[in-house]
Amino acid sequence: MIKVENLTKRYDRNVAVNDISFEVGKGQIVGFLGPNGAGKTTTMRILTCFMPPTAGTAKVAGYDVLEQPLEVKRRIGYLPEAPPLYPEMEVREYLTFVGRLKGIANADLPRRVKEVSERCAISDVSKKLISKLSKGYRQRVGLAQAILHNPDVLILDEPTAGLDPKQIHETRQLIRSLAGEHTIILSTHILPEVEQTCDHVIIISRGRIVAQDTVENLTSRLRGQEAVLVEVAGADAESIRGALSAVAGVARITLRDSRNGLHSFEVESSPGQNVRAALARKVVESGWSLHELRSIAMSLEEVFLELTASEKAEGGKQ
Amino acid sequence: MRNIWTICRKELKSYFASPIAYLLLAMFATIFGFFFWNAVGYFVNVSMQSTMFGRSFPMDVNEMIIRPLLMNTSVVGLFLIPLISMRLFAEEKRQGTIELLMTSPVRDLEIILGKWLAALILYACLLAISLADLGFLFAYGKPDWRPMLVGYAGLLLQAGGLLAIGTFISTTTRNQIIAGAVTFGACLMLWVFEWVAGYETATWATVMGYMSVVRHFEPFSKGVIDSKDAVYFLSLIFFGLFLTSRSLESLRWRA
Repeated sequence: MIKVENLTKRYDRNVAVNDISFEVGKGQIVGFLGPNGAGKTTTMRILTCFMPPTAGTAKVAGYDVLEQPLEVKRRIGYLPEAPPLYPEMEVREYLTFVGRLKGIANADLPRRVKEVSERCAISDVSKKLISKLSKGYRQRVGLAQAILHNPDVLILDEPTAGLDPKQIHETRQLIRSLAGEHTIILSTHILPEVEQTCDHVIIISRGRIVAQDTVENLTSRLRGQEAVLVEVAGADAESIRGALSAVAGVARITLRDSRNGLHSFEVESSPGQNVRAALARKVVESGWSLHELRSIAMSLEEVFLELTASEKAEGGKQ
Repeated sequence: MRNIWTICRKELKSYFASPIAYLLLAMFATIFGFFFWNAVGYFVNVSMQSTMFGRSFPMDVNEMIIRPLLMNTSVVGLFLIPLISMRLFAEEKRQGTIELLMTSPVRDLEIILGKWLAALILYACLLAISLADLGFLFAYGKPDWRPMLVGYAGLLLQAGGLLAIGTFISTTTRNQIIAGAVTFGACLMLWVFEWVAGYETATWATVMGYMSVVRHFEPFSKGVIDSKDAVYFLSLIFFGLFLTSRSLESLRWRA
């Protein structure tokens, strides 16, 4: 549905998006994840034909954003980071205006506005001025505006930014319910959002894609190499480290903390190996005392931090 | 066509949902009302003198009331037009709604024409108020309506040209005040260019004279349609809208 090839966007000397390529299939929900300023909004703006790319191509439903922008725009619903609302309009009036702009036939317009208002739970404010609406309602009106013409592709730039937890939950539910009929790209820098709403993740950092996979694969790939926290007392840190790193299956060992003769280590094992039993045995055999032994699962959060940390950005995990 | 009308309607609605349209209407009604009262007062005075001294001046309502009023309106327009055009794009940029317009399946030209047309319609509403005053002349006298019609056509043409320039200036900033101030400056310059042509005869002065809005409006106020004046205003409109579309295009590239 969406095909992006070697896309680059430069502002003066600043490279906002650097040679990225990805594809999104029909009906998928893809999360665009990255720290602020990573190039998420720029990519979305190129896909919605708001701005042209410096190099590379982007196609939506087979139409090129540079060559057939009108065809692309007909098939895209876009919710920018700040919902594009006219404060002096009433909600229904606004949606009617957007509907006309999107080319919905006059005969279908009232029905469509009604349907979408119900779906986005804004029917109760349809006669209210947009300037009087709360942030949550504004966001939902923005979303209603994006799905009004029933587009094939929905592009949502940080749809939950600035909402309270209940509204965030509702918005995510709404987005999930839109999957299937629409192909959705949403950007966020909130990780649980991706875990909860998306099928695929594209992690982007400093204008480059650093990882791109399904949510399960990405988390399990890193859960495979389990990390274990061990707290040991009874010897100096160096000799304990030496003994533990000799245990089979240990990939990396780092001293986390050392206090009152109590040393805690983070031990990373090679994928598929469970080293907890072997570690415990080793500590006991050496005559030291074992204070704590627990596994630390790597959440998407850590994956994300690891992938986007600046010194690792170049190598990437891809 | 439908898209132009959609944008135009929305724009008119914004004018009339905010105080700006009413403020402009009230200001114009007051100013024009004063000019009208003043012109009629003068006319009455002269005609009194004329009867008292037994001399009969040629008393022509068109020449002595309507023409000066049209000239005054043309100048007042220079001040009001920046207030009409300043918000057109600056406001969209500030609110971020420009993203909605530019990612909707409408052409840039349709957006521009819709907005320009809405501004022109608002200006036409202002002019409509002045007709209420002039109505009295028709009630108590017999002025010729044809030169008046030409005068109004001239006012609309002039507004079209200046609004096109204002629309362009509005795309260059997200601050309405800046857009308004710069447009005002541009309107004022187009007005005073003519002064140079009064004493200087070099080519550049002649060219500046040609660029003057007032000089091209004057024949209209007399009821004369000269193709050279019509072409001047039409090319001003075309030039302004062309610059606007270029500016929107470059907005996309810079954004």
